[in-house]
Amino acid sequence: MRRLNRDRLTAIALISPSAILIAIFVYGFIGFNGYASFTRWDGLLPDFTWVGLRNYEKLFASQRFQIDIANIFTFTVLFIPACLILGLLWAVLIDQRVKGESFFRSIFLFPMAVSAVVVGVVWRWLLAPGTAATGSYGLNLLLEQIGLGILKNGWYTDPQIGIKAVVIAATWQMSGYTMAMYLAGLRGISEELREAARIDGASELQIYQYVVLPLLQPITLSATIILGQIAINVFALVVSMTGPGPGFSTDVPSLFMFDTTFRGSNFSQGAAIATIMLLFISGLVIPYLIHTSHNEVQA
Amino acid sequence: MNKSLMTLISLATIGAFVLTACGGAATTAAPAATSAPAATSAPAATAAPAGEAKFEFFSWWTAGGEAEGLNGMYKVYKAQRPNVEIINATVAGGAGTNAKAVLATRLAGGDPPDAFQVHAGLEILAYSPDQYLQPLDDLYAAQGWDKSFPKDLLTLLKYNGHYWSVPVNIHRGNVLWYNKKIFADNNLTPPKTFDDFFKVADTLKAKGITPYAFGNNGGWEDAFTFESVLLGTLGADGYRGLWTGATPWTDPRVAKALENYKKMSSYANADHAALSWDGAAQLIVDGKAAMFIHGDWANGYFSSKSFTGYGWAPAPGTGGIFHVVSDSFAMPKGIKNPKNAKAWLEVAGSKAGQEAFNPKKGSICARTDCDMAAFNDYLKSSATDFAGNALVPGTDAAANPKWITAYKDVIVIFASKGDVAAAQAGLQQVCKDAGICK
Amino acid sequence: MNIFRFRFYRLFIYTILSLATLLYLLPVYVLLVTGFKSFQEVNLATMWQLPTQIGIESFVRAWNGNESQGFTGLAGNFLNSVYLTVPATLISAMLGSMNGYVFAKWKFRGSEILFPAFLFGMFIPYQSILIPLVSVLQKMQLYGSIPGLIFVHVVYGIPITTLIFRNYYAAVPTELIEAAKIDGASLLGIYRWILFPISIPGFVVVLIWQFTAIWNDFLFGVIVTSRPAVQPISVALNNLAGSYVVEWNVQMAGALIAALPTLLVYIFLGRYFVRGLLAGSLKG
Repeated sequence: MRRLNRDRLTAIALISPSAILIAIFVYGFIGFNGYASFTRWDGLLPDFTWVGLRNYEKLFASQRFQIDIANIFTFTVLFIPACLILGLLWAVLIDQRVKGESFFRSIFLFPMAVSAVVVGVVWRWLLAPGTAATGSYGLNLLLEQIGLGILKNGWYTDPQIGIKAVVIAATWQMSGYTMAMYLAGLRGISEELREAARIDGASELQIYQYVVLPLLQPITLSATIILGQIAINVFALVVSMTGPGPGFSTDVPSLFMFDTTFRGSNFSQGAAIATIMLLFISGLVIPYLIHTSHNEVQA
Repeated sequence: MNKSLMTLISLATIGAFVLTACGGAATTAAPAATSAPAATSAPAATAAPAGEAKFEFFSWWTAGGEAEGLNGMYKVYKAQRPNVEIINATVAGGAGTNAKAVLATRLAGGDPPDAFQVHAGLEILAYSPDQYLQPLDDLYAAQGWDKSFPKDLLTLLKYNGHYWSVPVNIHRGNVLWYNKKIFADNNLTPPKTFDDFFKVADTLKAKGITPYAFGNNGGWEDAFTFESVLLGTLGADGYRGLWTGATPWTDPRVAKALENYKKMSSYANADHAALSWDGAAQLIVDGKAAMFIHGDWANGYFSSKSFTGYGWAPAPGTGGIFHVVSDSFAMPKGIKNPKNAKAWLEVAGSKAGQEAFNPKKGSICARTDCDMAAFNDYLKSSATDFAGNALVPGTDAAANPKWITAYKDVIVIFASKGDVAAAQAGLQQVCKDAGICK
Repeated sequence: MNIFRFRFYRLFIYTILSLATLLYLLPVYVLLVTGFKSFQEVNLATMWQLPTQIGIESFVRAWNGNESQGFTGLAGNFLNSVYLTVPATLISAMLGSMNGYVFAKWKFRGSEILFPAFLFGMFIPYQSILIPLVSVLQKMQLYGSIPGLIFVHVVYGIPITTLIFRNYYAAVPTELIEAAKIDGASLLGIYRWILFPISIPGFVVVLIWQFTAIWNDFLFGVIVTSRPAVQPISVALNNLAGSYVVEWNVQMAGALIAALPTLLVYIFLGRYFVRGLLAGSLKG
């Protein structure tokens, strides 16, 4: 009994420093930000005159913001599954005792090591369509040369495609990390579990379906949250790759926030955008987390 | 139990040790890095005032001609104050937006640089000048700068009755660049009006040549180019009135300007969203497009690519008008090295300082008395125009930052949707929001 | 499975992996090729073409900078990044590991709420908290120094490192912990003797993430350490670009140089993706 109490205290003591830091540097600042969003602070000198919901009204009425929300939604919905699927695929393939495993792993991971600004520029070039007068550039040129010219399109210069082109660059950059997470998970599944299933007559595919994938669920959860965070806050990549795009077709809330805060000196509007994004995320993440912790408790 | 506690303590000790070692290492790294610019012993000069050994200047001039020009000005400064260590704090990116973010955080956080770069005009409002900056009226009076700078420029620099920054250079925003070979081959002359422009463009289009190079990947190029069209359609006074409330944005001439812009854009290369302004300039260099309407830092780009086959003219409709984009230096309150900073501003506004800075930067002096020998042909002609033309402020100078950003957003949507009525209403609305229009 | 099927199966795997490799390397090819070109040659239209002359001039300039042209290279800030990234990565990984352990195996009243509260910290947009952050750091005397930057990265690394470790430890069978408890081990003892040794894959995943994130971070690097002399390499890399004209050959050469240490870390840590680590410890 005493051991239990002492351990409980140790547990709390271990968590406390982090909890305090989070309380100040996350929630304290969120609070500050939230308060600022209800003011009319629009110069360097803080002006905390209360204006109620005015900033929010203006934001939701703003065409740019409406487009941004649609864009970030599209981006997230495409980016997360793409990274999960590709990451899992590469991890499973590499896990098959391939020679040169270290080589393949490094190739897929390397994109993450390159700075976001440079990733943006390279993909800007790769997906630059070219014109009839100048000829095709980048990927379009390659497609032409290997006979797949029919797949050519305007990529991010086409407002219909817009942010979807950015998903390609982002997936290139992040799928390697998802692969690393899945690889660590795969390596953690003991061979005995798989052997047991094999002895019971399961095929390799069935082993993956019924033994391996379920055991990888916690990783899928972590990966989804991490990828979700990247998606919501994607900034440097968009700035250097496409900018806001024709008619804001590649604009995202973080870009709008940076623009309005530091170019427009409109701090209160920037704070309002940040607050909306946070509410948006909590609306998704919190129910998901509660749902999964309930599942774990039951299991 | 004891063992784990020991482990924890040793980890913590190692951690603390590492931290202090890093702190020490960081400070030993510092002198090594900053002693590099120190350098040459210069002949006779004034020693640094007691206690002020450094001077920190903050800008977004990080590479290329801009950095070279800045270096030139540092040399002039060092000749006067050889014992001062210059800290060149720079942040690139976002056409200055990254730098503005850092500057705002530093000023708000009570860690101001001794001087910093800012566009001349109302951009200064981003830094709440009454609170954070030092007024420079005394400096202007002492240096007799009311005689060195053109009147229109001086008007631009005043806010709330005070001067807040010293203008260093002048860039021109309303320039039409063209590929001389394409024009010669097709017997064309640079268009003076919009109608001329459309005639020239039609001729070129019929021959399969891209008439107009454009790149708006950066997101700001549409709004910037539109200023030249506004200028060309409304003239200098009409244009100035837009920013003071004298000309309502509902004026039919604004609608005409929007129509002009729309038609002009129809002659642009289809992949303009993939190119930033330098990508468009490259089309001129490569002979893939004929005309390019942009600020005269394009001139710097052409030079860096060793391209000389370009000609220039005022943007259509803007003959005799000079759209001013000017960099200037300001001085915050509560800085660590006020005397050194003041000396820097004196150099910045001086003939020697501006002559050292501008040729390399690719701009002309803000002063009217610089020796033009070191400047290239374009800059020489620009200086002549600057002396004689009507000077108008660009949006950065004429409007507060919040208004400019909102104005830009309206134009971005217009460039894509082409709805003139909606754009005009939007422009009038953001003017109202800024408190200028009724 | 007969030999033919097996061989075909292996061939299939290698083909897919090789194709994927080629696709993933396309952008790297552009990076490399551009880094070896001169500024005159850099042109969107010719991005696929090999340089007419392989010049390492861009790399040299990216590293050394150019005094007369007024830009500093990456060399001066490289050590700053090392002093920043190594401690920050290690500390935040340890912190995440301990937090994850507590949340996964020592649930106490309120931990169900505390954990999501931690996680939420991952989602704040950093740009929106810069001004209060600087203010607090100043009060703590941490503003403008590398230790301050380490502190910031450790704090904002807490959510993600805790998340990864918590989910990793959740997969460890509770019987292991129970058995140790019966043997009389305490919370810290179990961590030291049982969990820590089998945490390697978890650490690999966290170390890869934190090292990359901290080494490449630009925003905190430029805001928290405002003096050029103490800034990390990511800021110097960003400054290789002019604000008006960007010399892409130098910029990309610089990016490749800056990415090398991270790549080395990946290769080094990759050795620890060893199969059966967990299984081995479970047996004993």
